[in-house]
Amino acid sequence: MAEALLQVEELSVAYGQVEAVRGVSLHVARGQIATVIGPNGAGKTTLLGAIMGLLPSRGAIRFAGDRIDGRDTEALVRRGISLVPERRELFADMTVQENLELGGFSRRRAGESRAALANTMEEVFALFPRLKERLPQLAGTLSGGERQMLAVGRALMGKPKLLLLDEPSLGLAPLITRDILHTISRLRESGLSVLLIEQNARAALQTADYGYVLETGELSLEGEADRLLHDERVIATYLGRH
Amino acid sequence: MAAPLPNPAAVTGPARGLSPVHAVAAVALVAVALAPLLAPAFYVTLLNYIGLYSLATLGLVLLTGVAGQTSFGQAAFVGIGAYTTGVLTTQFALSPWLTLLLALALTLALGYLIGRITLSMGGHYLPVATIAWGLSIYFLMGTIERFGGFTGITGIPAVSLFGFTLDRERHFYYFIWVVVLGALWLCANLLDSRPGRAIRGLKQGSGMVEAFGVHTTNTKTAVFVLAALLACLSGWLYAHLQRFVNPTPFGINQGIEYLFMAVVGGATSVWGAVLGATLITLLKTWLQDLLPKLLGQAGQFEMIVFGILMIVLLQHAREGLLPFLQRWLPRRPRALPPAEVPLARRTMPSPGSAVLRVEGARKTFGGLIAVNEVSFEVAAHEVVGLIGPNGAGKSTCFNLISGALPLTSGGIRFLEQDVSAMSASAIARLGLGRTFQHVKLVAAMSVVENVALGAYLRGRTGFIRSALRLNGQEERAAFAEAMRQLERVGLAAHAHDAAGSLPLGKQRIVEIARALAADPILLLLDEPAAGLRYAEKQQLAALIKALKTDGLTVLLVEHDMEFVMGLVDRLVVLNFGQKLAQGLPEEVQANPAVREAYLGA
Amino acid sequence: MDSTIVALLAQDGLTNGSIYCLLALALVLVFAVTRVIFVPQGEFVVYAALTMASFDGARTPGTVWLLLALGGAAWLADTVKLRREPRRMALAWLATAAPCVAAAGLVAWVAASKAPFVVQALTTVLAVTAMGPAVYRLAFQPVASASVLVLLIVAVALHFVLTGLALLFFGAEGVRTPAFTSASFSFGNITVSGQSLLVYAFTAVLIVVMAVFFRYALFGKALRATAANRTGARLVGISPDFAGRLCFTLAAAIGAVSGLLIGPITTVYYDSGFLIGLKGFVGAIVGGLVSYPIAAGGALFVGLVESFSSFWASAYKEVLVFTLIIPVLLWRSLSTTHSDEEE
Repeated sequence: MAEALLQVEELSVAYGQVEAVRGVSLHVARGQIATVIGPNGAGKTTLLGAIMGLLPSRGAIRFAGDRIDGRDTEALVRRGISLVPERRELFADMTVQENLELGGFSRRRAGESRAALANTMEEVFALFPRLKERLPQLAGTLSGGERQMLAVGRALMGKPKLLLLDEPSLGLAPLITRDILHTISRLRESGLSVLLIEQNARAALQTADYGYVLETGELSLEGEADRLLHDERVIATYLGRH
Repeated sequence: MAAPLPNPAAVTGPARGLSPVHAVAAVALVAVALAPLLAPAFYVTLLNYIGLYSLATLGLVLLTGVAGQTSFGQAAFVGIGAYTTGVLTTQFALSPWLTLLLALALTLALGYLIGRITLSMGGHYLPVATIAWGLSIYFLMGTIERFGGFTGITGIPAVSLFGFTLDRERHFYYFIWVVVLGALWLCANLLDSRPGRAIRGLKQGSGMVEAFGVHTTNTKTAVFVLAALLACLSGWLYAHLQRFVNPTPFGINQGIEYLFMAVVGGATSVWGAVLGATLITLLKTWLQDLLPKLLGQAGQFEMIVFGILMIVLLQHAREGLLPFLQRWLPRRPRALPPAEVPLARRTMPSPGSAVLRVEGARKTFGGLIAVNEVSFEVAAHEVVGLIGPNGAGKSTCFNLISGALPLTSGGIRFLEQDVSAMSASAIARLGLGRTFQHVKLVAAMSVVENVALGAYLRGRTGFIRSALRLNGQEERAAFAEAMRQLERVGLAAHAHDAAGSLPLGKQRIVEIARALAADPILLLLDEPAAGLRYAEKQQLAALIKALKTDGLTVLLVEHDMEFVMGLVDRLVVLNFGQKLAQGLPEEVQANPAVREAYLGA
Repeated sequence: MDSTIVALLAQDGLTNGSIYCLLALALVLVFAVTRVIFVPQGEFVVYAALTMASFDGARTPGTVWLLLALGGAAWLADTVKLRREPRRMALAWLATAAPCVAAAGLVAWVAASKAPFVVQALTTVLAVTAMGPAVYRLAFQPVASASVLVLLIVAVALHFVLTGLALLFFGAEGVRTPAFTSASFSFGNITVSGQSLLVYAFTAVLIVVMAVFFRYALFGKALRATAANRTGARLVGISPDFAGRLCFTLAAAIGAVSGLLIGPITTVYYDSGFLIGLKGFVGAIVGGLVSYPIAAGGALFVGLVESFSSFWASAYKEVLVFTLIIPVLLWRSLSTTHSDEEE
């Protein structure tokens, strides 16, 4: 197994007295895609929110060996973690170009040049040529698929080492989902590590290297993605029988 | 301090028998009764003011703390009470008792009018509007010549009661505090009643209470008017205590101070009003004495301290100070005596008859089509599952059926009646009960009270009878019914816990009990299994099957395929707002289009 | 009522309206970015006018103490909050406490050194601007994620504090600052005062500067991004604290300039801020607290209503202005879809 870029140990998240995530331990190896699958309400989005510092949590989170739990979201962005949230959270009344520029906000504040950002933007266009056509358009007027591309593109503008993806298939037609997951596989080849959260279990396991199953806030199963694809329980619950 | 100490039983329900709470209340009552005989005159004056402020703050506690409608304009209604009697007793020589009635009538009318207009505004527009009319009324009082401008009106007569003139502060003290304690008793009764539970549910959003048949606009307006009447009463008392009025005590700053009192005390209990009024009044007196000496100049520097106190409180203890005191008092579960007459029940439709027909339902949000020409039927005693990927339009579909959202086009028939244009509360009245995807229980109420709210439409007592506690029989019946439903869903052991303290999965089940308390024909369940563990899911499935046996019809939205497959009679599959398939679970599961869209094959 | 009076009233109304317009823009900005309905915006106006008046009267402005009080409190709050993280603590000091203390020093020095008018004016703007981030830090940062209603009550409480502090540090006397210019110009039979023209010019320039800032500057875009989507902004590394501090700095600066402009027109007391701010607020509400151009137009309209009603029914001037807001609120509330689940 490759060295872990992200390591989560015994993570718990509570809303008031209700624990939505209980004692979850997982890791994402460098240059690999890990996925967490599970039904709605299992706590998948909560898990990502906690890793990203959007929700308070208990337990240890390590990134490249350093403890990052309790750090601000903004500090994690600077360290090289980007989240593409379930709801996309784009800046709807700003243009595609402005959305992408703001994706590089931390880098600009850290003193990187406009030229460096322009380079990254070209890389994003190489992945999603559609975005280049839509540059002056307002993000709120994009189609569902284009919004998802913009959300991923905006996250990539921060040049992350780790990309957290929350339900990229949500509300998208199967063909578009396939495209986006394909693009994510290509990113892995450029050295990016990915933690992918998906309800569409089959597509997720086909894309990922390693998989976890989250049920009612706890991990119930984990293993190589290929192995999970053929696991009896996973098939029965998440994939349906052929 | 002579003010009665807070009593949690007042809100959680009447406790029977002698308890430490009663002992504290008795001591407090004696203290209130003896205070003017023992305390120096200065403190009697202070206690009088505390009483007056408590009364106005009590209104705000109901309006802002309990019903969640923030108002900065409470002082204006105090002014209306004071000025009505001021003008009418001095210039028309009317009796103060007559002016009291006139002032209350005027407040009722004005409160209704202003309330209707203001409360139709949502979110932050409401409090901003209260600042606006609060200022307008204040400037009016200072401008109208008959009102004596900013100098005011002098020579207001004293009140006489049975030939005894209350012209001394010590005598007026008893008058004020009898009124205050009476108002507290009435308001505490009101909150612990059928309309009271509806008021306490308002903060969870109008969608929740409307699903149980509460008319939210009417309820909010009634609370607004009640708050205004309490303020008016306070103003009338003020005018006859001071025997003089001018606009200053009715300005926006005083309105803000009333809100401070409510927030400082703790705006969710009637006793918070007394606590807040007492603390702020004492603090103000003390600071007005201390600060000018300390700072070497005169001025209203207590504002600085109040402001800081308020900011710190909102940053660290948003519930106010009352909860800190309540911690020291024992909490007793409410007594649930048996009901003499159980609540009447509906007859369920015969098996197979149509309960729900969705006919070409369509809903658009702006340009987005959320539900597109969806049609399906649900027959009596059936359990039907509505499934589909995230964003497929299931919840929108649910909200169309329950009347929470209006249809763009198409029709919905419930029990052969066209309900397309009906409000949520009207549809609830016909026999539709529902749960919510995001649990909407009143966290501070006990589980059994939450469930009793579900029986809202099966009772009739209004504000006045509830406040006077003339609702005993109906209350007993409602609580007996609530307990029956809790036993049905297996949560009777948690009846007296605060609803917010239960795990999310159990809260979903409480929602089912609450929906059942309405005695529905059709039950809509929105993702009931989300957040449940395996064993709990089994129990839930067993419960739904039992409900079917009892004659209920169930339509449920669910994600958990395993759970749905073993439970439902039929499935309807939505995708991108359109119906993709329907039929028996096995048929749907084998349908290639469904596999493609939903299972991601 | 002849045309000369109409022109005079219109000029008066537009002059006040311009100032309300600046305040309305600040209120829209603050609300859009932080969801705070910033009731005490007018207090910045008052602080600026009172500071200028003290300079003019060759007294040491109470601003020095006010800045030290705010800066000291912010320093204490950051020191306690971040006691375990020395690096972040130092950064926090630099962001809030340090500007206050530096500005206090500057004000004291300018007051002592009989500096020229322009230096006094610039110092006033700097001093009041420095209060912005401190006020945000102390009152709003700890409750930044609370509901709009809680933020509103905090804002109202803050209004009490800031008004009380104004009384403490500046006293209860009203002031009027010297006019920037005594020139006046005639167009036919209409005379326009130089001061009015200056107000119009300042307002126009400030609006253009703001527009450019929001359209082209990285920080301007960051503020728009925060207004558009708070979570999205955090995910690209724009912290809510940073955005909050930045927009309160701008709001304080706008308030300060407004104070300089209004000082020569109206007598300003320690507690005038509430009504001045509220009139800007009426304008902002016309724009639904979201639209800058409609807010600006609304504020000008408020100025005109005020001016003309002071002619026809001067006693009812305030009643009219504040009653006017209710139908506007009603229309705004009904035309926006809001969810009452916001609690």
